Amino acid sequence: MDSQDRSLPAPAGVHPCDGQVGDCSHCGPLLVERFPILKRTIGGRPLVYLDNGATTQKPEAVIAAEARYYRENNANVHRGMHTLAAEATDLYEGCRSRVARFLGMARPQQVVITRGTTSALNLVAEGLAGRMRPGDEILLTGMEHHANLVPWIRLAKREGLVLRHLPVTDAGTLDLSRLSELLNSRTRVVSLTHVSNVLGVINPVAEIAAAARRRGAIVVVDAAQSVGHLPVTLDSLGADLMAFSAHKTYGPMGLGFLAGRAEILEELDPLEVGGEMIDTVTLDDATWAAVPLRFEAGTPNVGAAAAFPHALDLIDEVSLERLRTHEISLTGAAIEKLQRLGGLTLYGPLDPSERGGLISFHDPKVHAHDMAQLLDSRGVAVRAGHHCAQPLHQRLGVAATTRVSFSLYNSHDDIDALIEGIGYARSVFGA
Amino acid sequence: MNSGMDELYREVILDHHRNPRSADALGAVDAEASGKNPSCGDEVTLQLAFDGDKISGICVQSHGCAIATASGSILGDLVGGRSVADAGKLAGAFKQVMHEEDGELADELDPGDLEVLTGVRKFPVRVKCALLPWITLMEALAAREQGRDVGPTTTEV
Repeated sequence: MDSQDRSLPAPAGVHPCDGQVGDCSHCGPLLVERFPILKRTIGGRPLVYLDNGATTQKPEAVIAAEARYYRENNANVHRGMHTLAAEATDLYEGCRSRVARFLGMARPQQVVITRGTTSALNLVAEGLAGRMRPGDEILLTGMEHHANLVPWIRLAKREGLVLRHLPVTDAGTLDLSRLSELLNSRTRVVSLTHVSNVLGVINPVAEIAAAARRRGAIVVVDAAQSVGHLPVTLDSLGADLMAFSAHKTYGPMGLGFLAGRAEILEELDPLEVGGEMIDTVTLDDATWAAVPLRFEAGTPNVGAAAAFPHALDLIDEVSLERLRTHEISLTGAAIEKLQRLGGLTLYGPLDPSERGGLISFHDPKVHAHDMAQLLDSRGVAVRAGHHCAQPLHQRLGVAATTRVSFSLYNSHDDIDALIEGIGYARSVFGA
Repeated sequence: MNSGMDELYREVILDHHRNPRSADALGAVDAEASGKNPSCGDEVTLQLAFDGDKISGICVQSHGCAIATASGSILGDLVGGRSVADAGKLAGAFKQVMHEEDGELADELDPGDLEVLTGVRKFPVRVKCALLPWITLMEALAAREQGRDVGPTTTEV
């Protein structure tokens, strides 16, 4: 059965998305019927969920798989000789293999299972601490999420490191003209986001990674906003390590991944120590297990891991190419309609092919919180605030922005609901 | 308006937001206090002038949503000219009421437009917005009473 057959039938005269750029402008949502929460109403109106950058909704297959794990397979992993323990371990390791395949990794052992992107990035920063010397440099960018900023700030303060930042241009892109001057022989790590969670811009990670590699620096990529939206592999990014979260890719919360080149993962010290991650322990000594279990101390979120492959199956069923086309179509239409409203400042490049499926904007007459509250009263869920990117907002000169972010189940009707809601919010404020 | 929005965005609140009172900087400042809501970036700065035990002058500068801005404006209206003790009492009562389901501000507190602002408690995520200027004032008054410097105020406690 063709995957198109499983999406809602397109209204008469409307073409379903066929994956061709430009042919998506009237298509409906993809696989919307797979997401039970989307049947909800908010204040008597249908939910229009446009906060996918914060977390995506979960398809029934994922919800059912997590419940099934607890009903049928629940046991602790990598220990215990009984049947359930073996099943739980198979499901957990099956998730690792599925993620490795999704990211084009040669071996499942190149995937570390974490609590999320934040955990993964903390693991990288602290894992590299022992290899840093005072005066060593870390290059970040001016558009990082706090998750890829604060771990490095703490590390730099403690170890006497120098933090440098590739600045953001007025167009909302990275200023690559500064790259050669900011990279030097002391640069040990370059860590940057693939897709900005505020600007939406897709950064030229491969180009930056190549320059970093020539300087011998390790390249770390925060791929939380790109995995599941764009075709992404460790190789296509040219990265040594990449982190992402299951919950932003239709999977459960409390699960994320650090994928990397085997020789780089070998270099990292574990962040947490204890059970599960050891080789041998005596009363006063311990040796570590091999990668990746070395980084997975304690009981992991096996239920989430058991469910997550179903989210990746869903993405593959739609195909990332088609999903990308859909998001470009929605983003392009939303930019156009937001601009047509007048008086809004939109951030990041305006060409939707240069950005992921999210748009942040500022309305000088309606504060972002009020905008989000009034949109919510119309059933439209958006994010308002600094989106865990305060330095970037300082650069933009605003304390808070309103962000809309798309995924496969969004449609052009959702954008119309957004635009109508913004009009309503402005009318309340007499703007 | 719908879904209770008319209760949140009452005309009184919108008017305070559009035309915030007590926004002019003071000539002579006896105490300055700033507060912020780190989860959203809202900020308020209070300047206070004292004449004995009376708040003789106040300036409120808000950078935030309509609720935070209106709350700051109402604070300026209500607190200027009050005794330090009465201002502290009003702030404490408002904070308490905002965390209750149905308490009211006593008439003898002369709560003015603040009574309208208590409607915000039906929207729990916005309570912090309404409280930001008031807890900032409480820190300024506490510092004065204890004879110490005013510390930064945050809604995350």
